Amino acid sequence: MQDAVLAMLAKEPSHGYHLHARLRRSLGPLGESMNRGQIYVTLTRLERAGLVVGERSDGLPERPERKVYALTPAGQQRVAAWLAEVGWPKPDLAEFHLKLAAAAAARLADPVELVAAQRRELLRRLREAQRAALAEPAGSGAGLLLEGVTLRLQADLRWLDACERAWSKADDEVEGG
Amino acid sequence: MNVSNAAVRVRGLVKDHGRGQGRVRAVDEVDLEVPQGQMLAVMGPSGCGKSTLLHLLGGLERPTDGEVWVAGRRIDMLSERALARMRRRSVGFVFQAFHLVEELSAAENVELPALLAGRSRRQARRRASLLLERVGLAARARHLPSQLSGGQRQRVAVARALVNDPLVVLADEPTGNLDTAATLDVLKIFEELRSPGQSFVIVTHDERVAATADRLVSMRDGMFVDDTWLAGSHPRGLGGLIGLEG
Repeated sequence: MQDAVLAMLAKEPSHGYHLHARLRRSLGPLGESMNRGQIYVTLTRLERAGLVVGERSDGLPERPERKVYALTPAGQQRVAAWLAEVGWPKPDLAEFHLKLAAAAAARLADPVELVAAQRRELLRRLREAQRAALAEPAGSGAGLLLEGVTLRLQADLRWLDACERAWSKADDEVEGG
Repeated sequence: MNVSNAAVRVRGLVKDHGRGQGRVRAVDEVDLEVPQGQMLAVMGPSGCGKSTLLHLLGGLERPTDGEVWVAGRRIDMLSERALARMRRRSVGFVFQAFHLVEELSAAENVELPALLAGRSRRQARRRASLLLERVGLAARARHLPSQLSGGQRQRVAVARALVNDPLVVLADEPTGNLDTAATLDVLKIFEELRSPGQSFVIVTHDERVAATADRLVSMRDGMFVDDTWLAGSHPRGLGGLIGLEG
């Protein structure tokens, strides 16, 4: 969540409510449970960590919802590191989805390239798991677990193919929905 | 022209299907080199040209333009007869639908290419029985294909592809008709029976099959869009795959 919010700020400094609206648009029905308060909590934490600065826009009392937030240089570095990361520790589809949307919106990275890097990483893991599965004798319990691992990686790879197709087509669209 | 020791090499390969307005470019200026001993997987959506590419590599189809070299020899200009001889000696094929001769037993199916390549009946028989044993079908050598399961039929087809110890094995969706267990059997056999220096090119839509290869190329609209080296990387060990680490 923190990384996704940061990366959205890479496009332009924004009010919290604007970020909330963009997140909702990116996540559709999956983002329905997300309230604006969560965004403000996240922004406040990021500000404390020195990754964003909030500037009051209208001289009113200092409250998060009045502020326009912008990335600090440290925040920019963190965004760049997040985009370049190709880990797939947990199949967090929403996070990757938001990464692609934010990268495209801020023109920070080519989403198709991000998908390709992720895909290569998953293929290497699938190779490890598949070779381990081949080495198991028929009917072994570990073989069954490895089958589960390979099937999940396969499903993730198929979704990445869908991402690749969609973002290849959306070349001139600034932000995917 | 520098002839490397690649098992298969193509340069500027083009294949058009149809003519005039209805012309479709199935393979669009592809360059590829498969070194001896490499297992290469080719993936892509249906209609991307991957099967056509495989046919061109094995001399089953002729290119519209470009060069195809197999075992250090240019094959796109060969006569039909020379081409057939080259295929028998240097190339083994495995197809999705097995393509066994239904009237012949498992053993006879495996022997057939050896006999066509000029081996003696005795040599062919010995080689076939060895291979059938290694694919776990010694007990079914006398069975007709119709008496075998899909997985068993494909194992016979793999034995047949290997009978002449070809430099290149070309497999078109070899596990497309098989369940998970039979797929693993076929992949194990590829792994175990692969002789040193023998190359495999496997066209597949199954990521789990592709992942067993050393290298994966992705095709779209007749062109390669990605070329990934898969072998030899150990990013985090198997525990990381199920979240036991970190």
